Formats: sequence, structure tokens, C-alpha cells
Amino acid sequence: MNITQLMHSRARIVPSLPTASFSVKAGFWRWQRLLPLLLVLALLLPLGVLLLYALQFDLERWTHMWNTFLPRALGNTLTLIVGVGVGTGLLGTGFAWLLTAYEFPGRAWFDRLMLLPLAIPGFIMGFVYVTIFEYAGPVQTALRGWFGWQRGDYWFPNIASPAGLILVLTLVLFPYVYMLARTAFREQLASSIEAARVMGYNRLHTFFRLVLPLAYPQIAAGIILAMLEAMTDYGTVSYFSYPTLSERIVVLWNTEFDPGTATQLALLMMVVALCLITLARRVRGHARFYQHGGQGRHMSRQALRGWARTGAVLACLTLFGASFVLPVSQLLLWAVGELQKPTVGILGESIITYSTNSVVLAGISALIVVFLSLLIVYGLRATAVHRNRGNRRLARMVTLGYAMPGAVVAAGVLVVVNPIDAAVTDFATAFLGWVSPAYLLTGTVIALIYAYVVRFMAVGFNSTDASLEKISPSMEGAARTMGAGTWRILRQIHAPLVSTGLATGVILVFVDVMKELPATLLLRPFGMDTLALRTYFLSVEGWHRSAAIPALMILIIGLIPVFILMRVGDNPIGKHRHTPE
Amino acid sequence: MQRFCTYLMIMVVLAVLSLTPALAQSDDAGVLNVYSSRHYGEMEAPFVAFTEATGIDVRVSAGSPQDLLGRLRADIQRGNRSIADVFLAIDAGVLSLAAEEGLLMPIESEVLNANVDESFRDPEGRWFGLSVRTRTAVYNPANVTEEELAQLNDYSDLANPTWQGRLCMRPASHIYTISLFSSLLYHLGEEEAAAVTQGIVSNVTRYINSDTSLIQAVAAGECDLTLVNHYYMGRLANGSPEDQAVFNSVAIRWMNQDSNGVFFNVNGAGIVKDAANYDNAVKFLEYMSAVENQCGSSTCFPGSNYELPTNPEAELNETVISFGEFVLDLDYPLWEYGAYQQAAVTMLEDAGFGFTEN
Repeated sequence: MNITQLMHSRARIVPSLPTASFSVKAGFWRWQRLLPLLLVLALLLPLGVLLLYALQFDLERWTHMWNTFLPRALGNTLTLIVGVGVGTGLLGTGFAWLLTAYEFPGRAWFDRLMLLPLAIPGFIMGFVYVTIFEYAGPVQTALRGWFGWQRGDYWFPNIASPAGLILVLTLVLFPYVYMLARTAFREQLASSIEAARVMGYNRLHTFFRLVLPLAYPQIAAGIILAMLEAMTDYGTVSYFSYPTLSERIVVLWNTEFDPGTATQLALLMMVVALCLITLARRVRGHARFYQHGGQGRHMSRQALRGWARTGAVLACLTLFGASFVLPVSQLLLWAVGELQKPTVGILGESIITYSTNSVVLAGISALIVVFLSLLIVYGLRATAVHRNRGNRRLARMVTLGYAMPGAVVAAGVLVVVNPIDAAVTDFATAFLGWVSPAYLLTGTVIALIYAYVVRFMAVGFNSTDASLEKISPSMEGAARTMGAGTWRILRQIHAPLVSTGLATGVILVFVDVMKELPATLLLRPFGMDTLALRTYFLSVEGWHRSAAIPALMILIIGLIPVFILMRVGDNPIGKHRHTPE
Repeated sequence: MQRFCTYLMIMVVLAVLSLTPALAQSDDAGVLNVYSSRHYGEMEAPFVAFTEATGIDVRVSAGSPQDLLGRLRADIQRGNRSIADVFLAIDAGVLSLAAEEGLLMPIESEVLNANVDESFRDPEGRWFGLSVRTRTAVYNPANVTEEELAQLNDYSDLANPTWQGRLCMRPASHIYTISLFSSLLYHLGEEEAAAVTQGIVSNVTRYINSDTSLIQAVAAGECDLTLVNHYYMGRLANGSPEDQAVFNSVAIRWMNQDSNGVFFNVNGAGIVKDAANYDNAVKFLEYMSAVENQCGSSTCFPGSNYELPTNPEAELNETVISFGEFVLDLDYPLWEYGAYQQAAVTMLEDAGFGFTEN
């Protein structure tokens, strides 16, 4: 028996159940089928209406774009996503394996610390890195001072370059891959890894032949997440003056007032995204691996010795230093300088408001996203376990918002919400006695939260879906044969198993919303400036010291859920399945 | 799951709390809602002073002028009124577009007409400039020779091959760049402007999306020449010791002084169509344009940002005076900016402005 057979046999351990037809009252089923579909439609509407714009195809405009910026913007986008994909894939997977399979001083600490960069928005990492390492920055200035160099006398990596941009985005996005890869590695049972090792495979072999293929879906999901984030990024690329499709869309929309072409460009970008996702799924194939319940153990860690130990510690220190310690220390330095100025008054008072706004927006959106994901995923699961692929595809479409730039999603939301806003507001006035010049939807946070939900649905949906997917249908089947009803299965089997996935979803969406720029810019009501917006405005004005304060607030607030995530990660999803020895 | 429910409850409570102030918005006489593209952090002192003087609470929603114009359109083009009363934009082109599209209403105010010089306001009274900023050259005297400087008089001189690899510019996506290049189109005509733009593009070594960083790059010697709004120099001159060091290692060159004058723009404001708080909005404009609030000190609208007043009676800021005398380009009327911006964008795109070859 070779290792591939072993893999296949593992896949067969839990045969995919033939769809069992459980007879339950028809009315209940219909409700359960209809609600998710309605939700999916509501979430797709803002993207769907944009197709109307896309119909106004202007050949002349496209010819002009093709002859001017389009090829280069497309090239820039591809360079960026490939670079970020490779970078996050290598860093995320490599460090996840290092910190899961080996033991060395500080391992437990690094394991947690690697998640921290998640809380740093790309554009903040960008402006910190550029400010430190650019020609006029302290590092190069000091070098010139010490060695008496002039311009052109020396070579220094150019931070304000595509490579610098890829570095910066990789540093903020690798935790996505790390997190998912780590979970995947941890869930792999010691028994199969030990079996591979008994057959004479060393750790490295085991990693490439067994562990990596098994963890592939999660790693690929992480890389795609990172690539989509990079593709739709606006703040960082515009700070680096690196025109990508996403940046061009915002420019077309806002500067050239050409929503039609902007939307068509967004659709083009969506095609790129779909290609990515399909590609990843193709490679994965139709294999589904279920974790089987029972007496699994985590694999034991191999203690590193000698230079390997030193190397591992140094590698972790370098990555954590570059992705967290360096930017945070620089921000702290700036903030301290800023606080010593006598004029912090106005800024200081508003910082509390900005923080509250950010937290409330992020919190509400995160909970809505996960709640809706749960409804949709459950609806699908209840109607047919894996039978109705059509429904499943439709449901997967709610994740499309993640492949769209925030500005486009926001514009779609405006198109949907505007026509009904007046009516809704009149209704509120007539029946609730609420009189205000503000519209109920666009004048409050409702439209903005709608946009966040559409934009970040993928994050919550995937966490929810993934955690449910891992529950083998046999568990549900077993429970049903023992006479458990839907509600009981939900409460006693699903809830404990998926709560980690749900918490992860809430936290990831929360952190994403905290960092969001373009949709917030377009849709926020009066007085709802967020920390991210404030940081962006100030950093564009070149006021790094002032920008450092809201930037640090984002970090501090973002770190709280990331800390929770770390604790969640410490009790992996298998908590209830893997009985401790 | 239980903990999840606890979080859910906390968030629901927070949500309700957060919606309360939004819902409590009312037609209160003491409120003014401003869409402002002037978001200079602590420099909102004149707004605070206005609130103290009139009791009118100013609420600001910030964004780039184009973002805010887009929002205004979305607000109004569905046939309803916007929640904004005042549209404050840092670009005359965007203001005139808003006016042409009927998003701003004509303001009947003798006070305003008397306060604001004719060159700095819409002839039909739909928007009024409140401060003036110029966009001119900043160079590094250590790296630029006397002869080179003598050849640097007009914006079109930036296309001179002498500056190959020595020029830093703001990208074309920024309104500052677009408006400046629209003035080239206006003065030079399509063909020559395109050639100049092409020349400038081939000279640019780095695009930096921040005027302050542009000046820092010139001061450090990364590039020798750039174009920035003059008040960024004012901020550096009055900033921290490091800022002052940056300021001291660069110099201002006033462009087009022998031709039509240095390019300028206004920070102007109009009143949004059907504004709920029209009277407050008029008060706001009259207050900001009044001679005592057009002064050069930090409590005044232009002075707080080292800009020039639009009220001819008002005194200039000390720092700006120290920059030397200069002539403004009054040939290119502010209210024409909007008409030329679109063509400028196309011209910049054609030239590949904003794309670095590497």
C-alpha cells in the first residue's frame, strides 16, 4: 500500500451517504428552501443591477482604454495577485507547518502572534513601509549620512515599487493562509501521519505527499482570499500610485463619471476572480475528505535541535517583526510625537466617536453576515445534502461581492436603495412618527451595512460552509435514524461543531469592515466617519504623525477579536470530536 | 454557542444605541450639514469658531470632491433633496459641474457678492470661493543649476528633457493633477498640451500620491523638481523641526509669471438644491467670507491652511507673504475648469500619466 492509496482509503473511510430522503412536513421544507433563496437574491441584487450599466457598452471608450491604460492596469493586477498569491501561500503554509509540526522555543507564542497582522489595514502597512524605506525615509537618509552617498551611488530596494507593494500586501494577508492551513494541519489525525511515517516517509515527504494534499482545500481557500483582497484593494494601490483594475474602476467612477465603463471593468475583474476560484476548485477536484469522528489525536511535534532550532526562531522573529513589530513601533513613535503637540484637542475628542462608529459598523455587519450565512447554508443542507447542485451554485454566488471593489458594491447598493428610500422614509414618517431630513436607508447606517454585508458575505459564508462541510453527513444520518428532529440535531450536533467556524466568521468580517475604505467613503451617513477613513485622509495629506493615532486605534480594536480568534484556534474545531487521551 | 449569543446580544444593544442619534436627526434650526472635501484634521478651527459665534452646529461629512459630487448626484437625481446643505469642494471644476447639473442653487446675498472677488466666484452665484491655493513648482536648489532654473518658467518647461528622471508628480487620478493639466489644455490647445504632457510623463521618475511626500522627496534629493499646492510649503515652514528642515532644503518657483500667471484653484462652497437649512448655509458662507474671517491667522478660513483670501479686503498670511510676490492666472476662469477637466483626463490617459515603467 503506497501513500496515495492511503489517501484514497482515507477518503473512503466515510463514504458519501446516498442522499437520504427524510420525510418531514412539507410546509417546513418549503419555508426553509424559500428563505435562503430570497436572502441570496437580496444579496445579489446590488451586483445584479450593475448589469444594467454594463449594457451601455461604449466601443469607442473601450478602444481608447485598450489603447491607453487597460493593458497595463490588467498587467499590474495580474502581477499583484500572482505575487500576493505566491507570497501568502509560501509564508502562510510554510509557517503553519513549521509551527504545527515542530517544537522550538517560543513556538506556542509565535503560533498566536502570526495572526496579529490581520488587524493592520494594507494601506497603513503601506504608508508605514514607504515612509520608513523610501529615499527620503529615515533608513536611506541615515545610510547616506553615514557613507556620504549621493543619489545613484548606491543600490537600495525600491519600496515604492510593485515588489514593495506585493511585500506589503503579503505581510498583511499571509495570516489568512496561515490560519486556514494551521487549522487544516491540526485537524489531520496523527494516525494517518504516523502510518505514513511507519512506511518510511520522513516529515518532509509526509508533508508534500500526504499533509499538503489533504490540507489543499483550506490552503487554496486562504490563498484565494488573499488574492481577492489584493485584487479589490484600493487604499494601498492608490497610496503606491500603482494603477490596477480596482484603482481604475474607482477613477472611472469618481473622476471620469463613467459608471457604465467602470461597471464593465468591474465585471472583467469578476471574470478574473471567477477564473481564479474555478482554477483552485479544478485542482482540488471533486474529492471531499471527511474527518471521521472518534479517537483521533493530534500529531506530535518534533523537537528541533541545533541550527534548525535557531533558524526556526529567527524565521519566526523576522516575519513577526516585519509584519507587526516594525509597523506598530513606527506608529507608536509617531503617535507619541503627535500627542506632545498642543493642538491635539479636536482630533482627540473625535477619536472616541470614530472608534465607536467603526466598532458598531463592524460588529453589526459581522453578526448579520454570519447569521445570514447560517440561514443560507442550513437551508441548503436541509433541502438536500449534496443533491441540489443548482441551489448550491446559486448560494455560492453570494460570495461574488468579495470579488468586487468596495466602490462598485456601494454603487450597486445605491442603485437598489435609492428608489425605495423615499417610500421607506415616508412610511416611517407616517407610521412611526419619525420626521427627519435624512432618508431612512441612505441617511443612516442601513445602506452602508447592506453594502458591507454584500461585500464581505464570502468571508462569513465560507467559514460557516466550511465548518458545516466538515461534519460528515453520516453524523446527521445517525442522529436522524435515532429519531432526533431537525432542531435537536441543530442544537446538539451542529451548534457545538460549528460554533468555532461561526466565531471565526464573525471575527474575520469584523476585522475586514474595520479596515474597509471605498464603500464607507461613498455610503456613510453624516457623522459616521470611521477610523479607517480618518487614517486614510490624514495619511494622504502626508500627516503620518496624526494618522498614527486612528491607525493605532484600528489596531487596538482589531486585535481584540484577533485575540479571541487565537483562543478559538487553541480549541480547534475538533474539540468535541477528538477526545483527549 | 452560548458565548456567541452573548456577543449577539451585546451587538444588538450597541446597534440600537448607534441608530438612536441617526434617527434623532431633526430639522433643528441649529444645524448645518456640510459635504466637505477639505478634511485637514485639526484645521477645522474656523468651523468651531462659526459654531461658537452663531450657535449653529456644523456637521461635516468628508471625502474627495469627486466622491462627494457623486454622492450629491445620487442624493438629488432621484428627485429628492440631499441631507447636505453646503457643498464645500477644493476644486472649482467640481463646483462648476455640480452647478451645471443643477445640484447647487443660486444664492441671493449682497453680503457674499461684496465679500468675494468676482474672479473667485460663479458668475451666476451658485458657488463662492472662500480661499485660494496655487499649484506651483518646488525644487531642490542643491541639485538644480542656475541655468536650469532660468529655463524653468512655464509649466510646459517641465517637459524639457533636462528633467528626465528628476521629476516627481502626483498621479493623474488626483484632482490637483487633472485641474492643472486642464489649464495646459486651455492655454496651449489640444495638440501642444498633449505634447507637453507626453514630455512630462517621460521625465517623471516617481508618482507620489501626497503633496507633502512630494516635497520630502525633493528635499531628500530623490527627485529635483515637483509641483505642489503652495500651502503644503506653508505647513512645513510652520511645522516640527524636521518639517522646517525639509522646508529649508527646497525652494518655491512661481510658474508662468511671464505668461498668464500661476495656476490656482479655490476652496469654494455652494448651497445644495433645496437645502433644509438654507438660512444657516447662507450664514455659513457669509461668515467664512467676511473680512475678519478671511485673515491670515490660524483662526481664519484661508489662514488656517496658509491659503489666500478671496475677500480682497483681507490680509495675507505672513508665511505666504514670505514666499514672494506672484501673479495668479486669471485668464483661465474658474467656472471653465469643469468643461476642460474631462478632456484633461483623456489627455493624461493617452500619455500614460501615472504609470511608471518598471
